[in-house]
Formats: sequence, C-alpha cells, structure tokens
Amino acid sequence: MPTRTLNGTKVWQRRDRATQFRIWLGWLIGTAVFLYCWRIISENTEWEFVQDAHIQALDMASRMVPPRWSYTPTILRPLWDTINIATLGTVCAVAIATPVAFLAARNTTPSLLVARPLALMIVVSSRSINSLIWALMLVLIMGPGVVAGIVAITLRSIGFVGKLLYEAIEEIDERQVEAIIATGASRPQVLLYGIVPQILPAFAGISVYRWDINIRESTVLGLVGAGGIGLELQASVNILAWNQVTLIFIAILGSVVLSEWVSAKIRHAII
Amino acid sequence: MTGEARISRRWKKAPFIQNPRLRWAIYIGAAVYLVLAIASVEVNWTRIVDGIPRGIKFVGAFFTPDFVSRWDDIYEGFVESLSITGASTVLGLLISIPIGLGAARNISPLPVYLVCRSIIAVSRAFQEIIIAILFVAMFGFGPFAGVMTLSFTTIGFISKLLAEDIEDVDKEQVEAIRATGSSWLQLMNYAIQPQVAPRLVGLAMYRLDINFRESAIIGIVGAGGIGATLTTAFDRYEFESAAAILLIIIVIVMGAEYASGYVRNKLT
Repeated sequence: MPTRTLNGTKVWQRRDRATQFRIWLGWLIGTAVFLYCWRIISENTEWEFVQDAHIQALDMASRMVPPRWSYTPTILRPLWDTINIATLGTVCAVAIATPVAFLAARNTTPSLLVARPLALMIVVSSRSINSLIWALMLVLIMGPGVVAGIVAITLRSIGFVGKLLYEAIEEIDERQVEAIIATGASRPQVLLYGIVPQILPAFAGISVYRWDINIRESTVLGLVGAGGIGLELQASVNILAWNQVTLIFIAILGSVVLSEWVSAKIRHAII
Repeated sequence: MTGEARISRRWKKAPFIQNPRLRWAIYIGAAVYLVLAIASVEVNWTRIVDGIPRGIKFVGAFFTPDFVSRWDDIYEGFVESLSITGASTVLGLLISIPIGLGAARNISPLPVYLVCRSIIAVSRAFQEIIIAILFVAMFGFGPFAGVMTLSFTTIGFISKLLAEDIEDVDKEQVEAIRATGSSWLQLMNYAIQPQVAPRLVGLAMYRLDINFRESAIIGIVGAGGIGATLTTAFDRYEFESAAAILLIIIVIVMGAEYASGYVRNKLT
C-alpha cells in the first residue's frame, strides 16, 4: 500500500510515486500533442469565417425550415436507387465474401500457405478503404451512376462480411463435423451438413447487419456521383436550397431508422 | 407407421426458416424485389467498356505509385488529417465525458438523462460527411470544420458507450464509497472512475482509429485533410499520386487498428 509520511504519521495514498509520475508524464505528452495539432489547424483556418459562424448557422436554420414538401416526388426515385444500391451491393458482397471466408478460415482453407493469406489480403484491403473512396475511384473508372455505387458498396462489404464470417467458421463445433465425416460423407457433403447449418444463423445476422450499415453509407455515395439520394443532396447544397436539404435529411433519417428497425427485428428473430 | 414406410420416406434437411408460409413469402418477396431492382438499374455498357482500360491503368498504378511529384501536397494533407484526428478526438472526449455521466441512468436525475440522451441521438443520427457539409457551410472551408465535425460525432459514440458502461458498474463499490460520506465529485473519482477508466481508454483509442479513417474522407466536401488532395489527384487523372495516397492511408489505418487493438487487449 503506497503511503507518504506527513508530520511523522503515515498517510494513505492512491498511487506510489513512480505510477503517479508516469501518469503525469502521459498527460503532459498528450497535452503537448493536442496543442501541436491545434496549432497546425489554427494556421490553416480562416478565423474570420469562423467568427461569424453563429450568424451563418442562424441564417441556415432560418432557410432550412419549413422543408420544401413539394420537392418530395423528385427524391422518391433517388431514394429507391439508394435502397437498391445498398441491397444489391450487399447481395453481391455476400456472394463473393462467402467463398473468401471459407478460404480464410483456418479449419476449412484448402492451403494455409497460399489460399489463406490471399483471402486475408482481400479482406484487409477491402476493409481499409472507405466506401466513399471506393466510389470516388469507381465513378472515375465506370462513369457516374448507380452501378458505381453498387460496386463500391460490394467492394467495401466483402471485407466486413468476410472477416466476421470466417471468424464464425473458425468457432464451429468440430465434433459435428467429425460425426458427418464418420458417416463416410464426401467433402462437399461435410461442408453442407457439418459446417453450413452451424454458421447459417451467424451468416444471416452478419448479412442483415451489413445491409443496415450499407443503407447508411449509400445515402452519401451520391456526393461523389455514385447515384442515389446523395446526388440530390449535392445538387441542393450547391444551389443553397436549404429547404430541400431538410427534406432530404428527413428522408435519410427515415430510411436509416427503418433499416435499423428491420435489421434489429430480423437479428432478434434469428438469435 | 410400419417399418417399411419409415425407410422409404427420405430424410430431408430441416429448412432454416421453419414456418413454410413465411419461408415462401420471403422467397417470393425477395425474387420480386430483385427483378424490380435490377430492372430499374440503368447500365451504360459503352461507358463501362470504355472504363476498362482506365481501370486496368489504375490498378497498375498501385504497383508504380508516385510519392514524389506531389509529395508537398501529400505531406501537408496527411499532417492536416492527423492533426484533425488528434484534436477532434481530444475535444470530443472532453465533451463526451460529462455527457456520458449525464446519460447514465444510475447516477443522474431524469431531466439531465433525457437531455444527454437526446444529444447522443442527434450526434449519432447522421453520417460524418453529412455533418461535415453543414459545418463547412457554417465555419467555412478548412480543417476547423473537420475538427468540429469529428468532435461532434465522437460525442455520440463515446458518450453512449461510456454511459452504458457506467450503468453496468458494480453497485457495491459505489455504496461503499457513499457510506464514507463522500461528495458527488469524490463518488465519481473513487467509485465510478476506477471501474470505467480502462474501457474509456480503450474507447478513446478505438475512436482515434475511426477518426483517422473519417478525416481521410471529409476533405471531399471541403473539411480539410488528405481527402481534398485525393480528390484533386483523381480529378486530374493522376492515378499514380492517388495510388500513393491510398497506400499511405491503408498503412496508417492498419497501423492504427493494430495499435488500438494492442492497447485494448492490454487493458482488458
């Protein structure tokens, strides 16, 4: 117990001197790093624009209400496109990610030296690039439109679905697989009757979870030209039509809340 | 049932969805939706075919990335992105701790709880990039809007998880400190803080990782950082520079993920 002597009597202390010193050092370094970051930001900021931010905010708020309800028919089609981007993207991603996951899982991979590292590389590179950056690249390659959005969502989701799925495959009960092997089943039969039934709930849960995230992400893909409601958002922001922006926000919020509800319901039913 | 009949009935795998009506409704619904959805996607095949050589060129650029010719822009972009990450994580953390305390039902009164929970809900409702659009309109172009954006979204993330953590603390320790006649501040410092601090550090590390990923894209709408440099490189069709930027992003993201995973493993 760390103590300190005060006027000849021992007094309890929470930490000993070395720990206390380390903690102070940590705070010192943290503060220094923060101040350094802040200085860089401060140098690159036009403070005159920041000073009248409250005026801008009030002005923007006054332009945002009331929402321009007559704009609703225009955003219905982009909203449908957004949902399609998310759903079709998730379907394609799941279709590609499933074999990748089987190649990446330690207990199902055909070769630990070639197939597994290759599959893990696909997973990692897909996960570390944001879907907006994927979309930026794909718009440049394939031209603007819904297809670029679908492919962007697909490429981004492969890593996510693949990673969670291969972790699920690695956690299966090996005894069930052994039991199927003992009946003299062939390799595809072992897969179908020993492994697939065990990972099916996880598979459905992961797919629905990713679909929910994809709805969220596909609402903004249009900002870089990859279709959906983001296109309308970009257009409305560019012409400073803030009352249209409000309506788009309401639509985005509605679809996000709805997809979250659907996904929670389905996952609840599975588990 | 006679033995013969039992043998002649083939065993069938149990379907994943038990209720046959629900099962067929889902199958048919999914099929109809897919047909409608695929039919409504307009594919410009000539444009895509035109894009194939460009795509190949772009993939090739990843093997010959050009770090040199735009190095000054790239360096500045990354310094700005990392500064945004650091500053916004610290600011967001400072604001989210009181809000997290307020949003924990076991230590705060109902009015405070409701206010803090609604702040969290607002912050979590929209994606970073949408908040960035609003903040760029308010604060002007530049990294300050980026810092504000990421601080704001950090609040929703950390406060929510911190509040859930505080709600799960061991009540006996709280009671023990309270029995010594401690003030509210002492109660927080000696009963709550030691129980949630390791997880809070873990959350902060995790959020630092997320904030870097996001700081790389909010530049697309003008909120500073490497995103602006990346968009410029794409707009000028400088695939080699773009590939260099992406490679650096991947390296930093993987490094950050590894570091934050390491710290979180150490703590728990």
